[in-house]
Amino acid sequence: MKVESSFLLGVATFFGIIAISYWFTAYEDGGATMLVGVTALGFLPGSYYYFWHRRFKGYKYFFWGKLDHVVGTRPEDRSDATIADGAGVINSFPGSSVWPFCLGVGAFTLLLAFVFGAWLALVGVSLILTALVGVTAESRRGGRH
Amino acid sequence: MTDVIVPQVVGEDYAHPHEEHGATGLMKWITTTDHKVIGMSYMITAIALFYIAGLLALGIRVQLTTPHGTFISFQQFNELFTMHGSIMLYLFAGPFAFGGLANYIVPLQVGAPDMAFPRLNALSYWLYLGGSIMMLMGFVVAGGAASFGWVAYAPLSTATYTPGSGQDLWIMALVLTGFSAIFTGVNLVATIFYLRAPGMTMFRMPIFTWNMLVTGILILIAFPVLTAALIMLFADRHFGTKIYEVTGCHTTTGLVDTHACGSAVLWQNLFWFFGHPEVYILALPYFGMVTEILPVFSRKPVFGYKGMVFATMSIAALSTGVWAHHMFTTGTVLLPFFSLMSLLIAVPTGIKFFNWIGTMWRGELVYTTPMLMSIGFLFAFLMGGVTGVMLASPPIDFFVHTTYFVVAHFHQVLFGSAVFAGFAGFYYWFPKMFGRMLNDRLGRLQFGLLFVGFWVTFMPQYILGLRGMPRREASYPAGLGWQSWNIASTIGAFMIAISFAVMLVNIWVSWRYPVPAGDNPWDAHTLEWFTTSPPPHHNYTHLPQIRSERPTWDYNHPDAPTIPHGRGPHTNGHGPYSGNGAGPPGHGNGSSAGVAQEVPAT
Repeated sequence: MKVESSFLLGVATFFGIIAISYWFTAYEDGGATMLVGVTALGFLPGSYYYFWHRRFKGYKYFFWGKLDHVVGTRPEDRSDATIADGAGVINSFPGSSVWPFCLGVGAFTLLLAFVFGAWLALVGVSLILTALVGVTAESRRGGRH
Repeated sequence: MTDVIVPQVVGEDYAHPHEEHGATGLMKWITTTDHKVIGMSYMITAIALFYIAGLLALGIRVQLTTPHGTFISFQQFNELFTMHGSIMLYLFAGPFAFGGLANYIVPLQVGAPDMAFPRLNALSYWLYLGGSIMMLMGFVVAGGAASFGWVAYAPLSTATYTPGSGQDLWIMALVLTGFSAIFTGVNLVATIFYLRAPGMTMFRMPIFTWNMLVTGILILIAFPVLTAALIMLFADRHFGTKIYEVTGCHTTTGLVDTHACGSAVLWQNLFWFFGHPEVYILALPYFGMVTEILPVFSRKPVFGYKGMVFATMSIAALSTGVWAHHMFTTGTVLLPFFSLMSLLIAVPTGIKFFNWIGTMWRGELVYTTPMLMSIGFLFAFLMGGVTGVMLASPPIDFFVHTTYFVVAHFHQVLFGSAVFAGFAGFYYWFPKMFGRMLNDRLGRLQFGLLFVGFWVTFMPQYILGLRGMPRREASYPAGLGWQSWNIASTIGAFMIAISFAVMLVNIWVSWRYPVPAGDNPWDAHTLEWFTTSPPPHHNYTHLPQIRSERPTWDYNHPDAPTIPHGRGPHTNGHGPYSGNGAGPPGHGNGSSAGVAQEVPAT
């Protein structure tokens, strides 16, 4: 996770510097706000990944709270990992599902309602709610694949 | 109930192959969550929209062949250039790259069974398709399609100047495709961070995957701003807010009431804060495709792997700090800051060019269609880049702003990347996606027509711009010497159109008279060429050892493994032995098939 966290923290550092220098040269609030937003975009996940990077190294928190055993890095972060090291459940991948389509049509209809009239929103919202219920139930059940 | 993927060591039989269950036919395309099918849907939709937008461009060019063109009305002309730009930028170039090819290729390149969030991926596609249909619906509603340019500058885009539901459909379509892009960005970043195969460290990922990671971050930076700005624009048009609106804010005594008044230039700030990273969202994936293609057809590893990665990051980082160079003439922006940042982008882009040339240098070049298209990209993008450096300088920008010079510049950049590099990628990965080849002779014919047509179309536009012809004008006076250059440009545009007719013929030939491709027709390097063509459900039944950024090459050529870049005396980049992919003597001991030498931990 080290490269991932450095990558995102690099985003935060760069845009932090740019935001400060932009604010003190341009005095323009719109752009400075957006640059601060980008800084946060890099900092929040970046520090989260850094936290996990330290956890793999055996720290409960960033630099303190030593754990009993070191977990070690993930196989995809080790340059000498064999394919067998990654054996096991990678993730659960839902199979085919009709709900994304339903949700997409619902969003399409809902936004059309802003142009062509509010009655379309009824269709759109019902489709979206149906899809949300459907996708949640499918996740709990496991779905067909 | 859910699929469990167990990566296997090479050589072991895979006992339980995963077959695709579920629906077939149309229902398969509607209910699929497979990244390959979704990527294919994206590509088909995007290429269809590319042809539509190309036809719109031909309409624009025909109108401009005569000084007082009567081919279409002024209103129709406004609709044509708006929809041409909008479809090409929002619905073709971006989604073709990050929704289509990246969706298909990135999980394969990192050895993942699917994208991290398959259902979100499907939702992305349906939102994108809905947005595309919604934007095209503008042509059939009263008042016509959107006509305020693809940038929708306020106050032109407010309800006072461009009423009509075509404009509203355009705004809502971009809200939908904006969410679609954000979801795809999240998906790409999560896939690359969490679903890499064992041994596929970040600095062993193919450059295309690296570029898609950076693009994913750029999407997350840029698209939320656009979506928010569009919702505010819609509120201005219909809900009576005054965010960009500048009419009706005068007091009875004629003074401007600043509290009742919006700021039109705020739209430009918000739009270009999205718009300039968007240019690199459109360019970086195509840089990645070229970086995949050049080494394969030069029979060498990529030159300067880490330099490429850091150049990509630098371009992306700088591109987010240059938005106001589109606004130099508004007089409200800090010229030195934005000029400096814009000029700086030339440095990492120059590094990329250096590395691309270094990759081809002393290689055994094979001039297949993807390679020719990539070389065409180098020329086109270089020309666009050089004029981009010129435009980054405010004195030149003041002179040529809103002329055809700018039009020629961004067409050379975007046509160079999205069309030359994009269709290079299409030709390159077509065998992987369909298991059959495209005809190389027809491909070369297409390249020839495209390359000549491209220069004939856009070089005259530079001259037109320097002679003062403004963009977005449906009519111009005779006697200014503009007509002959316009005719030349139109001839070039029709050559481009013919070249894309050739591509349709090529696809038809491939469909009707298939030539089987095999798993690895190009003797390519990266992981996606290890699996079958087309790949099975969940992509891999087994994986090779990953010891460099070229695992498939290392597996197929155990006598000439890639020398890993990294620290140590024998691992200093690709070294003097990389000329024909051969390793140093004594290093390819072949102790186990496809395993390159050990890499010191970095």
